[in-house]
Amino acid sequence: MSLDAAMPRATAPAILPGSGGLRGALSDLFWRRPKLLLFLMLLPPVLWLGIVYIGSLFALLAQSFFSIDEFSGLINREFTLKTYGDLFQAANLDIIMRTVTMAALVTLASAIVAFPIAYYAARYARGRWKALFYLGVMLPLWSSYLVKIYAWKLILAKEGILTWLLAKLNLLWLLDAWLSLPIVGGNSLSVSFTGTFIVFVYVWLPFMILPVQAALERVPGNLVEASSDLGASPGQTFRNVLFPLALPGIVAGSIFTFSLTLGDYIIPQIIGTSRLFIGQAVYSQQGTAGNIPLAAAFTVVPIVIMGFYLWGAKRMGAFDAL
Amino acid sequence: MRSDRGQSAPLGLKIAAACGLLFLHLPILLIFVYAFTTEEKSFVWPPPGLTTQWFAVTWNRPDVWEALSLSIRVAAISTAIALVLGTLCAAAVSQTRFFGRETISLLVILPIALPGIITGIALRSAFALADIPFSFWTIVLGHATFCVVVVYNNAVARFRRTSGSMIEASMDLGADGFQTFRHIVLPNIATALLAGGMLAFALSFDEVIVTTFTAGQQQTVPIWMLEELIRPRQRPVTNVVAMVVVLVTLLPILFAYYLTRDGDQIAGSGK
Repeated sequence: MSLDAAMPRATAPAILPGSGGLRGALSDLFWRRPKLLLFLMLLPPVLWLGIVYIGSLFALLAQSFFSIDEFSGLINREFTLKTYGDLFQAANLDIIMRTVTMAALVTLASAIVAFPIAYYAARYARGRWKALFYLGVMLPLWSSYLVKIYAWKLILAKEGILTWLLAKLNLLWLLDAWLSLPIVGGNSLSVSFTGTFIVFVYVWLPFMILPVQAALERVPGNLVEASSDLGASPGQTFRNVLFPLALPGIVAGSIFTFSLTLGDYIIPQIIGTSRLFIGQAVYSQQGTAGNIPLAAAFTVVPIVIMGFYLWGAKRMGAFDAL
Repeated sequence: MRSDRGQSAPLGLKIAAACGLLFLHLPILLIFVYAFTTEEKSFVWPPPGLTTQWFAVTWNRPDVWEALSLSIRVAAISTAIALVLGTLCAAAVSQTRFFGRETISLLVILPIALPGIITGIALRSAFALADIPFSFWTIVLGHATFCVVVVYNNAVARFRRTSGSMIEASMDLGADGFQTFRHIVLPNIATALLAGGMLAFALSFDEVIVTTFTAGQQQTVPIWMLEELIRPRQRPVTNVVAMVVVLVTLLPILFAYYLTRDGDQIAGSGK
């Protein structure tokens, strides 16, 4: 019937003739030996990533076991743990502690800011709004990293829009009071830890929103309703139902915010104080100081921290939320 | 069936979500205003006047054009390499199960999972150990490495949705492996590859951390901007370049979203 009607129109033969020659032989070979095809498919990417990337990582790791001769400035290519010992000097420990504290605070703040956006997008936004929310997170995520930092330089500058806004609201005293605090304050927001913190949160926020939203999408709405039917207040529902179910997503997002903050050296260099973060220490050790071994040892710190972090995250089931 | 459709959100949640989105977007919009300001020396707000003269000034700056040309060439070649490697890897991982499959996906994701500075300094020290001088190709080497994952993510998501029986049917009808790839597999994954390629291009175009370690004396657009941020020479030109960069990266993202919008939301799940 419908098949008969379709038949006359089919001009090409239904079954292609086998192609001969080398191409046919190769195709037959791959069909008979799928393992060979698999091997050939994997060979280029594995070679590239294995040699270029893993090879470089090992070269870096190897150099962290070298040491620098303090007088000649030459690199001594013999195995030693001395460079790792240097990491535990007070100044270097300070850098590590400062970076880890900043990463933890940034992660916490991103989670707090991200949650309402993710929850609204997951539970209430539908149709066009859903797409709008998705793009609303994706566009800032993919916008140029440097342009985002530059935008904040404009905002936080002493003559910039934030000061202007606070002056209009008669709140300048609040800004001045905040800037006069020790540690978090400074001459203006663009040269204080507060500024660094705000920019970190801004730049990494989308990385937190996406996994939290993914986790919340999987929470059935009737769980929340059941909780309030059973008499829980919104606060209790959040604490006992929503938060535990969103936690894997938050942990997945925190992998990004934490790791990215640990390794960044451009944000604190452009917006921040002269006190160093791990990334800046690595950069200056390998650049101006020429101390590649110490720079390499410094990079091992975030790798080790992230290793433990990922191990913990995996145990919490965070990878299912990615 | 979820029972919460049509229900409206509590006011507090609406306000918090709206504030969060404003926080994400207002700073970028500000760039567009500053591109037109008449002020040259400071970031004063509100702008004392508006002008379009800086567009002409920027247009006549050879250093901006050189940076732009280098960035585009690097991004194009890195994207091409990433497309080949990412597709091969995605096809292998999604079509077959083999020992070490998890390791391969980890290997692909690692260059963006570890902080960029580690990738950067690792490459730089490897170049130093192997006595490779900095060149166009050292930049490409770094960029292609972390662009693979974007293509891979998009392609894997599409392969998962493509039914294996279509490939079997094609083979049953006498097509050989190459014909099946050309007529069945490629049309199915084409838009995912296009989307992945666009994102890889945007990622490479925007990359600065790894590039500072692999570029030597050459300037890509982000390196040029970084120079301007650390040692400002002509702020209005920087403003204009910043605005252009925003526009240039937004278009591929929107297009990639349009290509993958039904189904796989994987497009940007890892940058």
